Amino acid sequence: MSMRHRYRHPGLNLTDTPDEHLAKNETTIFGFWVFLMSDLIFFGLMFAIYITSIGATAGGPRPHELFDFTSLAIQTVLLLTSSLTVGFASLVLKFDAKSGNLIVWLLVTLLLGLGFLFFEIRDFIEIAAKGGVPSRSGYLSAFYGLVLLHGLHVAMGCLWLVVIMIQIQVFGLINVVTTRLIRFALFWHFLDLIWIGIFSVVFFGGLHFG
Amino acid sequence: MNQTHSDLLGRLNLDSLPITALIKNPGTNEIVANVAGLVMLVGVLVVLFILTKFRLWRPLWSDWLTSTDHKKIGIMYVVFGIMMLARGVIEGVVMRAQQAMGAGSGFLEPDHFAQLFSTHGTIMVFFVAVPFVLGYINFVMPLQIGARDVAFPVMNQISLGLTVAAGMILMVSLVVGEFSTGGWTAYPPYTGARFNPGVGPDYWIWAIVVSGVGTTLSGINFAVTIYKMRAPGMLLSRMPLFCWTVICSSILIIFAMPPLSVAALLLGADRYMDFHFFTNDLGGNMMNYANLFWLFGHPEVYLLVLPVYGMYSEIVSTYSAKRLYGYLSLVIATMSIAVLSFTVWLHHFFTMGQSALINAVFGIATMLIAIPTGVKVYDWMATMYRGRIRFNVPMIYLVGFLILFVIGGLTGVILASPTVDFQVHNTLFLVAHFHNVLIPGVLFGLLAGYNYWFPKAFGFRLNERLGKLTAYLWIVGFMITFLPLYVVGLMGMPRRSYSYTDTEFVPWLVLAFIGALMILSALLVFLEQLRVSIRDRDQNRVPFGDPWDARTLEWSISAPPPEYNFAIIPTVTKRDAFAEAKITGQAYGSDDAYEDIKLPKNTPVGIMLCVLSGVWMFALVWWIWWLVALVTALIFLLVIGWSFFVDNERVIPAAQVRQEHQAWLAKLKATPPVDRDKEFSPENLGYAKTELAGDA
Repeated sequence: MSMRHRYRHPGLNLTDTPDEHLAKNETTIFGFWVFLMSDLIFFGLMFAIYITSIGATAGGPRPHELFDFTSLAIQTVLLLTSSLTVGFASLVLKFDAKSGNLIVWLLVTLLLGLGFLFFEIRDFIEIAAKGGVPSRSGYLSAFYGLVLLHGLHVAMGCLWLVVIMIQIQVFGLINVVTTRLIRFALFWHFLDLIWIGIFSVVFFGGLHFG
Repeated sequence: MNQTHSDLLGRLNLDSLPITALIKNPGTNEIVANVAGLVMLVGVLVVLFILTKFRLWRPLWSDWLTSTDHKKIGIMYVVFGIMMLARGVIEGVVMRAQQAMGAGSGFLEPDHFAQLFSTHGTIMVFFVAVPFVLGYINFVMPLQIGARDVAFPVMNQISLGLTVAAGMILMVSLVVGEFSTGGWTAYPPYTGARFNPGVGPDYWIWAIVVSGVGTTLSGINFAVTIYKMRAPGMLLSRMPLFCWTVICSSILIIFAMPPLSVAALLLGADRYMDFHFFTNDLGGNMMNYANLFWLFGHPEVYLLVLPVYGMYSEIVSTYSAKRLYGYLSLVIATMSIAVLSFTVWLHHFFTMGQSALINAVFGIATMLIAIPTGVKVYDWMATMYRGRIRFNVPMIYLVGFLILFVIGGLTGVILASPTVDFQVHNTLFLVAHFHNVLIPGVLFGLLAGYNYWFPKAFGFRLNERLGKLTAYLWIVGFMITFLPLYVVGLMGMPRRSYSYTDTEFVPWLVLAFIGALMILSALLVFLEQLRVSIRDRDQNRVPFGDPWDARTLEWSISAPPPEYNFAIIPTVTKRDAFAEAKITGQAYGSDDAYEDIKLPKNTPVGIMLCVLSGVWMFALVWWIWWLVALVTALIFLLVIGWSFFVDNERVIPAAQVRQEHQAWLAKLKATPPVDRDKEFSPENLGYAKTELAGDA
């Protein structure tokens, strides 16, 4: 079978997939791309709500009184690095699946993800302590709505990753598990992209326009 | 509504039951509410009794509720849609009765009337039109593209489960507590916690969120199925037009459902957690809600109507014994409508304060939609032109649709002009307009498709005479009900009025009430048709699967189809593959290329999620927090646990497929084909002596 024929879906394709799984995997992974597209609309709308609410602080705390950019820089480094490590995990899956490095990279990804959540929750607590709670203003509602939505996605991603790691131990790298891993990697990169949007629009944008 | 609440039951207590209100405050209003609740409870008991008496629990569970077969899931969607249609129609009749009683009188209290129009709208859009359309797509689309199932069969089951759970929670609102009074659009701040502290808007929110997830998953499923699972040779340009409309509709679902979910969830955040997205104070902005809702709401109209256009296209071509006229123009028109539908949402609130320029832009965009729609109407008429038309039930609906839908479309163009809209917005003129497009445009098509595909699904034809009676009752009933509403609308009667003072409205509203009774009788005859058809099924069997001399692949297999759909996946060389095969005499061949067929195993995950999400919604509505936490945990456990079942397929051996298929072919070959004159005689076993010829 030609190489061209084996690249059946966007993103990383595994080269040693048996023929019987090719069509099904193509469908499954394409379906996940479509899901991400729908999820992206969700985020897009929350961005729009945030932008329209930037001035709606209603006398409550304003962006520059709330954000801790040191913590945000740490969060960004953690999450972007986790995107890199999940990329390494994907490469190991494709070229060196038997080596056992896969689980190491996945574990590093998980720890980075949890680290991100730790700093994000710490930030939320600090912001709330400064009077920045969602019930205070439309602006803060929109802020929490969007950033929490992303945080929940990351938390779900961590849970998903734990499940996949258990399944790798239980079943080995069978086709069902490897396609889940490919989809997880797409999801994780997607959350990274969203974070870049949040960092630029919510934090820098909020600082500049709020 | 009593606002005290306990840890165990949240804010649920005896006052939540309508019977309490009846005892405390007896009157017509409470009697109507209690009778409605009673009818529902009796209905549930009757169903439970029948299931038990005829020992149907086991087949219900193993053949239906746990099935991953797209055909069965499709049928369950439609059954659910019919149930909800019955409630929606009855509510419509009660509302017409209230207004027909005359100025200043009537038998309902304003709050009850408001619940009626809110549930009527919510049910008709989300729990009648949507399940019906999703059901037909589920049943027909994979058969038309030559697939054995949809891309994600278990996800399909979950979609059904979530939609049904959301519909059921609406039914529960009839008996426990009350539903929203905020209309199907549920605009804040009226539906916010400050003005509406009760449970009504919460029922609406969770029903919308949960059914919205179900619909979104369906959209993804259908889009992926069409993109990835077509039979060899089934190029996009060879797909039946119905499948084209399904792909457009799926794209609309994927992009348009998120705004609704966002709107409902943010409204929920306002109500439950004191956020300020849409409140009057502290920087909330209700215009965000209006934009989000209609960013969904307008594409929603087209995601319902486009597949129905597709159904009309199949029907007109079959019953005219002619190839569909202007296939390419219909595809382009469908795509154009799908794109344009995202550019017009603002016409739902011309009067809410934006500049004249913006209104003009959206008004013009709205009018543009009339162009592709007009193309379609001409294409359907041109298909009929010089065809050998048979006026079967679906064609009656089609002709009714063509005439009435053009009227509805024209009033839409009138409303698209912001200056006119300022005069008639929020009147019954608008109500008449959208019923005028949705009833002929969606419901007539669904009923036409019901008569058209029923024999394929169940293996026997429906009673033609009662079908025609139903069609005429619907068409005439529709006209008598809704055309008068245009008049009272122009006279200035606001929509959603439980009472009014101007006696000039009365004769028109009485007329509309008479029409509503005709629609009610149409519903009853519709059910009678089903009963009679089941009784007479042995005279109407069509095991060979092609009772109407039709054109597309779903008619090339037995009726009802085997669970694997196609014994051998067909190879397609032309549009209308089955018509082509019949003309060249190659239909019903077999090249003995049977293979083992893999199908998904049955799984209870969909029905379990249905029950769990139902309890979850109820607990959220009534603030029973321990139950919310418990059910959320159970849902996670279920999904994670299910992901450990990796062996999800079973195999039907090639030998069995060969044996079943060859037996069917042998019987078919031993039967004389029937021509169209005998379409309704018992001799029509679904083996058509084709009238199609040449390049038809």
